[in-house]
Amino acid sequence: MDSGLLTLVALLAPVAAFLVLATVAPLRRAGRPGAYFSILGATVSLGAAVTAWRAYDGAITRMVWDWLPSEGRPLATIGVLADETSTVMLVLVALVAFLVQVYSLSYLSDEPPQGLGRYYTYQSLFAFSMMGLVLAPNLLQLFICWELVGLCSYLLIGYWYQKPEAARAAVKAFWTTKAGDVGLLVGIVMLWTLSGTFDFGELRVMVAGNELPLAGLSIITFCIYLGAMGKSAQFPLHVWLPDAMEGPTPVSALIHAATMVTAGVYLLHRTSWLFALTPDVLMIIAWIGAFTALLAAVLACVQDDIKRVLAYSTVSQLGYMMAAIGAGFSTAGFFHLLTHGLFKALLFLGAGAVIHAVGSNDLSRMGGLARRMPQTAIVFIIGTLSLAGIPLFAGFLSKEEILGSVWAGGLVGPFALLMLVAFLTAFYMFRVVFLAFFGTAPAAARHHDSAHHGAHEHDPPAPMLLPLWILALLSMAVGIYSTFIGPGLVAVPEGAAEHAAPGWLMPAAVSVAVAGIALAWLTYQRRTINAASLASMFGPIRHAALAKFWIDDLFEHVLAAGILAFSSLVGWVDRYIVDGVLNVVSVWTVTTGDEMRTIQTGRAQDYVYGLAVGLLLLLVWARWSL
Amino acid sequence: MGLQAYLILAAVVFGIGLFGVVTRRNTIGILLGIELMLNAVNINLVAFARFSGSEIGMIFTVFAICITVAEAAMGLAIVILLFRIRRTVMADHLDLLKG
Repeated sequence: MDSGLLTLVALLAPVAAFLVLATVAPLRRAGRPGAYFSILGATVSLGAAVTAWRAYDGAITRMVWDWLPSEGRPLATIGVLADETSTVMLVLVALVAFLVQVYSLSYLSDEPPQGLGRYYTYQSLFAFSMMGLVLAPNLLQLFICWELVGLCSYLLIGYWYQKPEAARAAVKAFWTTKAGDVGLLVGIVMLWTLSGTFDFGELRVMVAGNELPLAGLSIITFCIYLGAMGKSAQFPLHVWLPDAMEGPTPVSALIHAATMVTAGVYLLHRTSWLFALTPDVLMIIAWIGAFTALLAAVLACVQDDIKRVLAYSTVSQLGYMMAAIGAGFSTAGFFHLLTHGLFKALLFLGAGAVIHAVGSNDLSRMGGLARRMPQTAIVFIIGTLSLAGIPLFAGFLSKEEILGSVWAGGLVGPFALLMLVAFLTAFYMFRVVFLAFFGTAPAAARHHDSAHHGAHEHDPPAPMLLPLWILALLSMAVGIYSTFIGPGLVAVPEGAAEHAAPGWLMPAAVSVAVAGIALAWLTYQRRTINAASLASMFGPIRHAALAKFWIDDLFEHVLAAGILAFSSLVGWVDRYIVDGVLNVVSVWTVTTGDEMRTIQTGRAQDYVYGLAVGLLLLLVWARWSL
Repeated sequence: MGLQAYLILAAVVFGIGLFGVVTRRNTIGILLGIELMLNAVNINLVAFARFSGSEIGMIFTVFAICITVAEAAMGLAIVILLFRIRRTVMADHLDLLKG
């Protein structure tokens, strides 16, 4: 089978599972059997995806069917496009989806069967939507799948919809990403009016042949970037991602770390040849990306919720990828997307194991877990080293690649920000490691544990541990493979600019990361630096970071005030203009009728008299007017 | 005598009838007024028929007289029923349609 057909199998296996689960209610309500069914779909999908990736021989395969018929040629097509980028991304999506589904089986074992069935139905739909997005041969299919993954994100964040925070977070995520999606839709339609096609291949041919008019293209690419900004949580639309942690942890690992949030980066990588025509927009992307990375890294330093640290870290790393894309080297961003997908899913799943054991997200309730959960600690530290960018781990090369590309792009400002972020990343991640896995468990928690959770605090069961080890080993394997054999995971597309990183970059990046680790070690492990005095050194910044830089408040207040003002205006118009006109008319009718009724005496003779006089007057009028 | 004399007579009779209809308080009187107005019309018909030399008007008058008789019978029947129900035949008292 060629890779096109295999990707199609990978795409259709989850949707088959979804359709069966959605329509066969007894299977869904049974819980575990439905889960096994969904995992079966994910397994088939993973097998097909890996085979497609291995079978990919450099020839881009397209399998498209006409969708919207039109004069001459179809307006839109649906199908799959298997190339270097989409096949490797497909493997990442299928792999993480599969591992997360296996992991959830144990993580959500306490859920009622109906809830579990619902969860796996959404999971299958998500896997399908994300793969449809990855394999989309045109912008229209991409947009549809883009909205579908947004819907799945909403459904899965709000999985515990009885919890008000979860319901709120789901709505917030939906609306915030939707704000960006409007831009994406406008951009796609404008691009269509300019070029007359949605198809990536045709667009690329037009770009290569200089057939695409450059006037107004900046607005189009910026609109498309707006969509990516919402999905990939770039400032100022990043506010939804930390709140999305209200969903189950495996969902955070799959959707809000490895796959969906990277859709924006993927889209920009997919259309990098288009963005290359608009350097001004690329500049905006780079600056916003670097700024987002710094903002989120600072926010991550003050969080006490282990999942929120990881969420801000995801925002920060997405900023990294965006910065590389903005520098014009989207391949570096895409490479980081892949490695980040592996180790961030690992970190989230590891955090899930910790939360499962401790029964809380709060870092202050953890401590000394390394002794009780040695395997979890090892894989979590592997993920952390990856994220910090330590050599031989997956994140190292991709991060260095990004720093090199931003430097090569001549963006000194973003480069400086990203170096600072590298330091902060190492610091906040090792803060988590030292607080959660080393040191001593807090007395309150110990007491609590001996009463209730003592038996819980051990390494999780095999269905949870196995995905962790697979991701950890893959993180290391990718790192080692890339270091010694070369970044074969992502081939630089032909014609894309190569850049040579300056020799000092790698030692600088590594030493910055090590410095961050050392600071975290001194502060939270050796405690030679008092954490409180370190915090007070950054008093105002810390204060601002604790308030999330007031961005959420700003949105909430501006939006709330704006919507309230608008609705009171609409209310006034409705009350006084629309209702007013109606009331005046009805009152006028009533009073006029009231007065007119007095001439109706009810006596037939009066009517006859009126009739006769009226007739006479008519006759006189007819006589004299002629 | 010319046509005009008949027409004036008819108009006078019609006017008397109308006056009766409008002013009489007794329902029977109103009916009488209506009869007068109908007869004024009949006079017109006969006069026009005579002066135009066509008999159609005369024949039409015969029909009109027949219908008038039926109408008078109906009217009297209504008045009798009215009296039975309302115990009055005074038109002033019959103002159920008053607005």
